[in-house]
Amino acid sequence: MDIRLESIHHSYKEFEVLRDITLDIPKGKIVCIVGPSGCGKSTLLRLIGGLEKPGAGRVVQVGAPPENCLNPLTYVFQDFALLPWRSVRGNISLVLEDHRIRGAEATRIIDDVLARTKLTDFADALPKQLSGGMKQRVAIARALAVNPAVMLMDEPLSALDSQTRELLMDDLVSLWCRQPFTAVYVTHNLHEAVRLGHSIVVLSRRPGRIREIVEIDTPLEERQMGDTDLDLKQKYLWQLMRDEARAADAELLNV
Amino acid sequence: MSDVPLTAPSTAPAQTQTIAFRGGGFAPHTHRWVGVAVFVVLILIAEWGTRTGWISALTLPRPSDVFKTFGELYSSGLLFKHLGPSLARLAVGATLGACVGVSVGVLIGLFSYIRSGLVPLVAALFPIPKIALLPLFVIWFGIGEGSKYALIAFGTFTPTVVATYAAVDNVDRTLIRMGQSFGLSWWSIVRKIVLPGAMPGILSGLRISLAIAIILLVAAEMLGAEYGIGAYILQAGSLYDLERLFAGVVILSLLGVLVSAIIAMIERRVLGWRT
Ligand SMILES: Nc1ncnc2c1ncn2[C@@H]1O[C@H](COP(=O)(O)OP(=O)(O)O)[C@@H](O)[C@H]1O
Ligand SMILES: [Mg+2]
Repeated sequence: MDIRLESIHHSYKEFEVLRDITLDIPKGKIVCIVGPSGCGKSTLLRLIGGLEKPGAGRVVQVGAPPENCLNPLTYVFQDFALLPWRSVRGNISLVLEDHRIRGAEATRIIDDVLARTKLTDFADALPKQLSGGMKQRVAIARALAVNPAVMLMDEPLSALDSQTRELLMDDLVSLWCRQPFTAVYVTHNLHEAVRLGHSIVVLSRRPGRIREIVEIDTPLEERQMGDTDLDLKQKYLWQLMRDEARAADAELLNV
Repeated sequence: MSDVPLTAPSTAPAQTQTIAFRGGGFAPHTHRWVGVAVFVVLILIAEWGTRTGWISALTLPRPSDVFKTFGELYSSGLLFKHLGPSLARLAVGATLGACVGVSVGVLIGLFSYIRSGLVPLVAALFPIPKIALLPLFVIWFGIGEGSKYALIAFGTFTPTVVATYAAVDNVDRTLIRMGQSFGLSWWSIVRKIVLPGAMPGILSGLRISLAIAIILLVAAEMLGAEYGIGAYILQAGSLYDLERLFAGVVILSLLGVLVSAIIAMIERRVLGWRT
């Protein structure tokens, strides 16, 4: 199943946030969206997942979601959004219960996603006992449990320290290599973008428009730290963004 | 780092001084025994004062006499005769008020029209001294148990509503968005996200509501109650029998401490997830 955005516009009252966004999100690819803060990245993600209605244009789904997919468009939030009163297992079972998946079937799915995110030993821990990186792995496990057609990730690693972020990027890469998933990955971190993105969409400052789409052909598993090609791409992206970021920063001061 | 020393080497060793600690305070703990000690000291002062005549017997009954009265009350079996009906009234009235209060509070927290309609009404009902309405309740529900239940229930209802809808308002919206994004049904979101998230606020509201219920118990037993702690206190009060009055008041205080301890226990069990 692919997602297509057809000339999306969006405003909050008089305040124009997104202008004329047309974009294809092909199956099995990770599309990164980068842009200065406040340019409408989170808004775009909410529009894609149906948490908000676009002012104009539409988001369409091309083809059917795979079978046994419980929730085609599934979010991973920056602040994890785990229920603090449920254990790791309980947080994952939360999203299965409404699909009448209980008992042995639920246990099978939960054990599977916990193993894939290396959380098996923490199944009964409460969120308050987990570090930030672990919490985000729980959120990723929860997203995997519903077997999503597209994962919508809003700065999933931004709340974490840089070492944890590297570790989680490795985990995401190995997850993808074992079983390619489709994802829209919003970030303001260009290093994450060149590490995880098959294509990188650069948005301009508000109102967000697509400035450029940069493709990276190196397979995910071959992207190493210090790869000159990736460094060049990252430098190029930074050049694209620098002026926008500076202007956006100055704009925020004038509010 | 550079090799150049930061300070010029001097012949005399520099004076040393430990940096003074200035980060303490502003973090109160609970020491259980301090609370008990305050009670004991106050009672001892009262006992000593009344014995030496420094406090006249008309101002304050002697604690040991109050204790004696309490003992008589217990041995004559009257204690449970009074306590039984009171606890029943408290249980029925407070349960009714708290249940309706929590339900209405959740509805106000969830639906715009109910909120717009009921918030002003609750604000209008809150400051009414419920005791003033006792005659009205007697007319509506009769002089029997009905009016007593109603008074206690009504008094518990308003603070519970206010605490509950504030608690529902404070539930983390990102958790609700998360529930929606996973396609949970409306009822699942209310049951599994909104209610547990509001539980800390609801329980701390219940602490206040139940204390108010105990206050209203005395008022409810002012009319047509033969037995009950409130009736006992009122009888003693009309005779200026301070020992019995205080014995009754002590029972109410103990009831308050007990209720608060029960809620603390529930909080420890239900809210263990809080950091
Ligand atoms: N619900 C809302 N109501 C009004 N303005 C909003 C709302 N959500 C976001 N905005 C505004 O829209 C702009 C884009 O927000 P957002 O999509 O969160 O940016 P980003 O995620 O790229 O930092 C910001 O200027 C923000 O203030
Ligand atoms: Mg954002």
